[in-house]
Amino acid sequence: MTSLLNPPATSATASRSTRILGLLLIVGFALLLYLAFVATPPEQTQGDSYRILYLHVPSVTVAYLGCLLTTVGSLMVLWKGSDWWDVTALAAARVAAAFTAVVLVSGSIWGRATWGVYWVWDARLTSTAMLMVLLLGYLALRRLPADPPAQSRRAAVLGLLIIPNVILVHYSVTWWRSVHQGSTITRPDAQIDNLMLFTLFYGFLVFGVFFVWLMIHGFRIAWLERQVEAVGLEHAIAERRAEAGVVAPGAVG
Amino acid sequence: MFRDAAIIAGKDLRLEARSRVVISQVAPFALLVLVLFAFALDPDSGALSRAASGLFWVAVLFSGVLAIQRSVAVEGADGNRDALRLTGLDPGGIFVGKAVAVALELLVLEVVLGAGVAILYNATEDGVNSPSSVGLLICAALLATAGIAAASSIYGAIAAGLRVRETLLPLLLLPVLAPVLIGATRAFEAALDGKAGEGWPWVAWLALFAIIYAAVGLATFGSLLEES
Amino acid sequence: MGYAITCWVLSAVILAVFIGWTLLRGRRLSAQVPADQRRWM
Repeated sequence: MTSLLNPPATSATASRSTRILGLLLIVGFALLLYLAFVATPPEQTQGDSYRILYLHVPSVTVAYLGCLLTTVGSLMVLWKGSDWWDVTALAAARVAAAFTAVVLVSGSIWGRATWGVYWVWDARLTSTAMLMVLLLGYLALRRLPADPPAQSRRAAVLGLLIIPNVILVHYSVTWWRSVHQGSTITRPDAQIDNLMLFTLFYGFLVFGVFFVWLMIHGFRIAWLERQVEAVGLEHAIAERRAEAGVVAPGAVG
Repeated sequence: MFRDAAIIAGKDLRLEARSRVVISQVAPFALLVLVLFAFALDPDSGALSRAASGLFWVAVLFSGVLAIQRSVAVEGADGNRDALRLTGLDPGGIFVGKAVAVALELLVLEVVLGAGVAILYNATEDGVNSPSSVGLLICAALLATAGIAAASSIYGAIAAGLRVRETLLPLLLLPVLAPVLIGATRAFEAALDGKAGEGWPWVAWLALFAIIYAAVGLATFGSLLEES
Repeated sequence: MGYAITCWVLSAVILAVFIGWTLLRGRRLSAQVPADQRRWM
């Protein structure tokens, strides 16, 4: 565990633990692809296009995990003022955004394959699209340089409200669309056999490790961004003091 | 807290009375949005009058964004925000005050827009034949406005003080207002179709939204106002 | 099979871009921050 905490020797965010995880992931994904495309048989109603499921469902889980971390992190920032959680929230939001994009793209293609349309305005799709927009808004706010404590508090309020807003939109659309059609269009129930089920759960495992790997790198990146900004701020303050003719506190006069 | 809210609301409304920004700029913008919709949708096809409720509320949302931008901007001028904090006013009171001011401005805009939609879109008001329908329209409008004002004030404070506020605030705020758009439009449609009964559940939904965001505002405004 | 393959490929592209951005940004930032200030937590 300590190897996770030690800064890497090289000029990069990689370290021994991430290299080990990375190698495991490459092997893991190779096996997943084999299972998803070769080992498992085609499904009864959907044929081969059901294989999107092995990508789509774990992606949804990772996206939700990211959102959860962002929410918890935002809460901790407001409650304890924790820098660690502030950085984690940002890293998690980035991962969540990437995987929400994957969910939307894969879901859209799967929709084309099974229903013939790329998009329907049902509760699940609409709230996923809203989640994407809300995450992009959060990331847009976090890109802005500003006084760290105040900015991280505002970003935390924003982050905390992401999931509640998605829930509000979800229910709005559910009640709205239920007048016109079934509330959520369900896919034809896939006939799942044992190997398919195993592949799905194995997919969760691989994507879970993938999430951890991305979070380790992401945390380090966000932390370094903080350092860079703090250093930049110190320089700016020193310059300002120099202009005013005041000797900086730590300097030898 | 309510006394502080009255002070803030009074200040914002007096400022508006003197500068008349909402009346002279936002209201014409709102009407302009209605006109643009008419250009986009063929008035003869009946699409305009069928979509009247939705277009009304979309115009309200866009105007609302302008109104909240204005509300935030008046605080940013000349170190107002520092002065605001130094006054020692209760943050919850400041939140309620700013939200009430925005809400009142929005209500004025809604009256203007309502007249505009009725006249320009030939929206059939036959359905508004019973007190229940009229009551539905009024309740829905009041609660939707309260929700919009509360949420706008919170997100306005989140984006306050940022140089990119003009572009960031709409991006942050409009997705949040989507449930209000859905609920208010459904309520108005029910009222205009004469099926008031279908609209009242949406009024309850709008009330829930307003309550949630009022609570969030009261809980978080203190944190949002802090500068360091 | 076409839909499934297209889907996986597109998603892989999205994730590859994200991975690439992550690693490159990590490298760039590490270079900017002196080694002694790189301790986290």
